[in-house]
Amino acid sequence: MFDFESVRKTFDGKAALEDVTLSTPSGQTTALIGPSGCGKSTVFGLMTGLLKPDSGTIKFEGQPVTPARLQMIRPRIGYVIQDGGLFPHLTGLANITLMARHIGWTAETIRNRVEELSALTRLSPELLLRFPAELSGGQRQRISLMRALMLNADVLLLDEPLAALDPMVRAELQDDLATIFRRLEKTVVLVTHDMNEAAFFADQIVLMRAGRIVQTGTAADLLERPAEEFVEQFVRAQTGRLRGQLQAGQHS
Amino acid sequence: MNRFRALAAILCIAFFADAVLSPKCAASEKVAVGSKVFTESVILGELATQLGRNEGVDTIHRSQLGGTRVLWNALLAGQIDAYPEYTGTIAQELLPGAPSEESGLRAQLAKHGIGMTHSLGFNDTYAIGVPEALAARLNISTIGDLRAHPELRFGFSNEFLDRKDGWPALHSAYDLPQTHVTGLDHDLAYRAIASGKIDVMDLYSTEPEIAFYHLRALDDGEKHVFPEYKAVYLYRLDLNQRAPAFVKAICRLEGAIDASRMIAMNGACKLDKMPESRVAADFLLKQLQIKSESREPDTLMVLLMRTREHLLLVGISLFASIIVAVPLGVMAFAWPRLGHVILVAIAAIYTIPALALLVFMIPVFGIGTWPAIAALFLYGLLPIVRNTHTGLSNISPGLRESAIVLGLSPMARLLRIELPMAAPSILAGIKTTAVINVGTATIGALIGAGGYGQPILTGIRLANNSLILSGAVPAAILALLMQSGFGLTERLVLPRGLRLKVRS
Repeated sequence: MFDFESVRKTFDGKAALEDVTLSTPSGQTTALIGPSGCGKSTVFGLMTGLLKPDSGTIKFEGQPVTPARLQMIRPRIGYVIQDGGLFPHLTGLANITLMARHIGWTAETIRNRVEELSALTRLSPELLLRFPAELSGGQRQRISLMRALMLNADVLLLDEPLAALDPMVRAELQDDLATIFRRLEKTVVLVTHDMNEAAFFADQIVLMRAGRIVQTGTAADLLERPAEEFVEQFVRAQTGRLRGQLQAGQHS
Repeated sequence: MNRFRALAAILCIAFFADAVLSPKCAASEKVAVGSKVFTESVILGELATQLGRNEGVDTIHRSQLGGTRVLWNALLAGQIDAYPEYTGTIAQELLPGAPSEESGLRAQLAKHGIGMTHSLGFNDTYAIGVPEALAARLNISTIGDLRAHPELRFGFSNEFLDRKDGWPALHSAYDLPQTHVTGLDHDLAYRAIASGKIDVMDLYSTEPEIAFYHLRALDDGEKHVFPEYKAVYLYRLDLNQRAPAFVKAICRLEGAIDASRMIAMNGACKLDKMPESRVAADFLLKQLQIKSESREPDTLMVLLMRTREHLLLVGISLFASIIVAVPLGVMAFAWPRLGHVILVAIAAIYTIPALALLVFMIPVFGIGTWPAIAALFLYGLLPIVRNTHTGLSNISPGLRESAIVLGLSPMARLLRIELPMAAPSILAGIKTTAVINVGTATIGALIGAGGYGQPILTGIRLANNSLILSGAVPAAILALLMQSGFGLTERLVLPRGLRLKVRS
């Protein structure tokens, strides 16, 4: 869906991305992973057109992204950020239907679509009438996902969508998200710093460090055939934490 | 969105209803008499007004409009038709270089379309006053005697300090050593000299306070710095066609008021606290056998009128401030470089003293309600522009980006997302402006805008604390009502989602 070719991006002279080449296969889930400041959010900024590359090309469905095409591309992108990015002055329902109303969908089309989505995301419809401040973190993320899916976007960009949630809610939402992605066959790009989450969702994992791509492959590739020592360290640090958590669980 | 429309509609209706109901639509055959902000001028203005009414001319008195410049400009512009003036002021201030004898002045005035009556019968010249006890102790009886006492503290009215025939002339003619002079309001100067804060002040020779406060008026016989200030009426010559009866009426006062009568009338107002209208009516009855009604409207009606005037000032200026300041705040946010210029320029306006700003408005808007509204409007910009800018700046980048990626156009983002989210901050700015305006609007009385400032102004002039309170207390109450009214508006207008605390 997205193809980056030798993309370079600097902020105030400092390189945030250096020679990044990657593609996100249609209908599959790609996870961007790496330590903080590795450039994964910059990749998102470039995909959504909020940022412009210094050099290199970015293509969407094989065509270069230009300012003119951006207005056509954006409605096809569903965007979910860490705390949901819901507008606090609108109810959940108003958040979800904002764009549909703006482009003139009929009330009935909107109602049917919302019903469909609320079944898909397993969110009871009466919660939709609440304001974001009246909802839990998990409920907010479900609504944010409904908003992203409302116009039937082709690509879902999820920026640390589960990072702010407590573990129980997180596990439940992980399962639901995986089901939804599989059922809808969307192209999904997920930014995370959690190796387990990346392994859980992704067909393809892109591991980044200091603005460069270190390795691209499946979870098994990264575990079994690390491209360099950093990959090993990163994976071990993450799974080591998991082991520590397990031990802590046994003692409690 | 509907809530915002409703609020806008309510604001429009409230402000325009008030504007329409105001009885400001002046018919051309009306004659407006002006007066300056001191008692003698108000009495003379009242005399002319009652005489005009006695002749059946629809005459109104726009009392205490301001200083010489304000009245003169208002007369030239036709906002008033007549006002009491002094020959010395005309020769020195209004028509510098004009001959000082009456016929020469009259010819010069005619070139401006202004007529002048003959002297009303008294000379109200400047004098310099020193407390009698102090003068006796230091042996001071002439202005020249002040040379020997550089330690004396001078407190002069601001007009006297600035006038060519005032302090500058006195200073150089008598070669006085005192250079540090406090400028203060004339009526406050009496209080200052009575309490020993100053030693020397300027006086008008017909003031009853000279005797009341036991002051010695020093002799100007050595240099004759102060010219004659014979009281006259200035009037627009077009009155000879529009309302000849009025001109004839005020001419009946020529030579009718000698100095002792003027001092007595001043004393009746300032010391015995009688209303000017009553004093003027008594004079007309006794001297000219004219029975005129002194209009003393009842207290409630006056309060209602002042409230209406005050609300008009605050309401229209606030409405205009909102309409201009919110877009300015949006622009300041959208283009940071321009925004810097906007914020600095508006902050600069805010630093102009209110009185100075009002005076700047006079050449553009004349006197009365509109220049005061214009000044309040300018003051009202800063809190709203700044709060709009702040409110927009405080929207988190994540939400801003979410709105962009959703595909909303810049205008739709502004109207549906950004402005509603900044609404609490914008409303707080509007509230600040409204409350500040209620206080600042009292100054509007200085240029004839009325409102609660009017009794405050009169109260200061007459040293009447209860009169001052009758303006200050309603103004304070109105400010409190504004404050709580906006609290209520916030509940009605702000989307509920913005008033909730976020669940963790």
